[in-house]
Amino acid sequence: MTGTLGKDLLGLESLTGDQIRLILDTAEPFKEISERAIKKVPALRGSTIVNLFFENSTRTRISFEFAEKRLSADTVNVSVAGSSVSKGETLVDTARNLEAMRIDMVVIRHSASGAAQFLAERIQSNVINAGDGTHEHPTQGLLDILTLRDRFGDLKGRRVCICGDILHSRVARSNIWGLTKLGAEVAVCGPRSLLPNAIDEFGVRIFDRVEEAIEWAEALNVLRLQFERMTAGYIPSAREYNRVFGITRERLDRAPRDILILHPGPMNRGVEIDSDVADGPHSVILEQVTNGVAVRMAVLYLLAGGKPELAEAAKGGSGRGREDRE
Amino acid sequence: MKPILLSGGTLIDPTQDLNEVGDVFITDGKIVGVGRSIEGPEEADVIDCAGLMVSPGFIDVHCHLREPGREDVETIATGARAAAAGGFTAVCAMPNTDPVTDNQAAVGFIVRQAQRAQSARVYPIGAISVGQEGKALAEFGEMVGAGAVAVSDDGKPVASAQLMRTALEYARTFKIPVIDHCEEPTLSAGGSMNEGIVSAQLGLKGIPAEAEEIMVIRDILLARLTGGHVHLAHMSTKGSVELIRWGKDRGIRVTAEVCPHHLSLTEESVRGYNTNAKMNPPLRTAKDVEALRDGVKDGTIDLIATDHAPHHYDEKEREFADAPNGIVGLETALAVIVTNLVETGHLTFSDLVDRMACTPARIFNLQGGSLKRGAVADVTVFDPKSRWKVDASQFVSKGRNSPYDGMPLVGRATCTIVAGSVVFRSGIPARGREKMNRTRG
Repeated sequence: MTGTLGKDLLGLESLTGDQIRLILDTAEPFKEISERAIKKVPALRGSTIVNLFFENSTRTRISFEFAEKRLSADTVNVSVAGSSVSKGETLVDTARNLEAMRIDMVVIRHSASGAAQFLAERIQSNVINAGDGTHEHPTQGLLDILTLRDRFGDLKGRRVCICGDILHSRVARSNIWGLTKLGAEVAVCGPRSLLPNAIDEFGVRIFDRVEEAIEWAEALNVLRLQFERMTAGYIPSAREYNRVFGITRERLDRAPRDILILHPGPMNRGVEIDSDVADGPHSVILEQVTNGVAVRMAVLYLLAGGKPELAEAAKGGSGRGREDRE
Repeated sequence: MKPILLSGGTLIDPTQDLNEVGDVFITDGKIVGVGRSIEGPEEADVIDCAGLMVSPGFIDVHCHLREPGREDVETIATGARAAAAGGFTAVCAMPNTDPVTDNQAAVGFIVRQAQRAQSARVYPIGAISVGQEGKALAEFGEMVGAGAVAVSDDGKPVASAQLMRTALEYARTFKIPVIDHCEEPTLSAGGSMNEGIVSAQLGLKGIPAEAEEIMVIRDILLARLTGGHVHLAHMSTKGSVELIRWGKDRGIRVTAEVCPHHLSLTEESVRGYNTNAKMNPPLRTAKDVEALRDGVKDGTIDLIATDHAPHHYDEKEREFADAPNGIVGLETALAVIVTNLVETGHLTFSDLVDRMACTPARIFNLQGGSLKRGAVADVTVFDPKSRWKVDASQFVSKGRNSPYDGMPLVGRATCTIVAGSVVFRSGIPARGREKMNRTRG
């Protein structure tokens, strides 16, 4: 029961450029469903999907849930606080129990890098990684890329800089893999204490100063600064971070061109990004959120075995996409 | 005890420059004859060693036998039998048990359990500090009196330079090495693999090579200061090899060991979040492996030790960052070294026997390590050409956590003799056989 993506979506590292384009192309027709009065098509009717969240998440979980419901899947949300995991059940036992209930897909968010792969190797159901530790967050990467593609068209040669805490960011890793595979030029910018020591081997450009990044880039993907990085001593203070690395109107005004501004959210206004930038004319932050639902619908549809060329028909309500694979 | 005649094997003993076909005759627990065409008495047990190699018994100075505390994952008896099955006639058991082996009673317990096991010898290593807490010095003198052969807080580094200094000074009275697990704890905190491109891609917190090297040079300098003997456990980086070479060139009393896995695998093995490739120190890079191979060849690294560390499979079957460190090694060490160092031309069989038998005996002042007439009859017979595929489910050890599971390797022990008694022979240990069958079911 695997489509052209394979059984699972664990990260963008393992996908080819063509597979990424396939997901983005499949997302296009799904965008329109969310604009309708009746936001529902029967493509995944009868499928059971578990959203297994071991880490707090509002945006990603809601986005997945909307995507699932708009494809008519039956969904169950499991969050760590209310589950047996808090009673000490291991991840492998949780997985086996879910499997025993004959589910079709699991969307997993977990604080441990590799947790999604761990689950995928142990159950038959499709597994979608909704963020594993500091490893990958592939649907976030895809929605960022879809948003860039909406504005730029072909991403080949386009210059995108990811700003902030690259060391601990799964969003950064998925973006670097995805953008690189589509031919974009990728850079990172942040304090060296928040870049991996081996960043030189990632094949990306590195800017120590945000002014240089702004001079170079056509788009900035501004990462959230986690406050625990200050307490762990990676950087001295949020105030200094804003002064040295913050994306401010003043800095952007000196850029030689208009720069597209992305942020995976939730934002710390006045820390990594100033409000007038976040709310400014070149911000596509809310488009990212809208695209998130379409990208996740595309991933769910393709993993369930839906044929990409039938996505248009599926959205028309025939439900053929789902049935054709059987 | 029947006399034993090991007949027609290639005798390898670097302590007497021996590398030729011959016989070894053993009686009353001693080697009484070494040479060509020895005629044993009628009643002697003749073991045909044609095509096999006969060497001083291998000695592993670094393993974790988990008893007392975690008898569910290994006991002194199962560990000693696993050792024998791997060709080891003696092993040294690290003190990070529960409770910690930090006093004479605890050391005595291990000695007694080892005697009851009647397999490979087990020498206790005592803790450096009480409870391995890195604060108060444990009673070295009493532990040595009870049978300890060295001291170590292995599993944990000795974070305090002052405690390490005192330990090196105090250990001189008893002429024992102080073994350190070199890891600067603030640099390694939270790390679960080597820091580098692989850790960055997998999103796992890394442990930089420098976390080891900072402690290596600290310990070497403290050995210089105190005149004590520091033995550095499980070296894993190129920089460590260079620092040890620097220390030895200056006559400082530093010795060092390397594990088979650090000589054969790299951080690439972690990809896929393979918890059986998780150990501390972590697997490093190809450059480190190359430097360690050169170091063990030129003697900068004195010996090979397994760091055998069994874990329950439930504990390894989990998220990578949460899985415990360590792999089993007693039953694969010989084959990993033959396959990765001898077959590749880095070491000769004489070098292998030196690093796995003679040098460990010399440095830790243990019996064995030689086939000379009059020496204790601790002997290993191994097939240098035997090709086999590792099947962890068949290990004598209770541990199954091996990164070599399923891998084809070359070289295997066929007979292990301790004090003139056969404790392992081709496939199944001579002693404890019934118990083995029972646990297999």
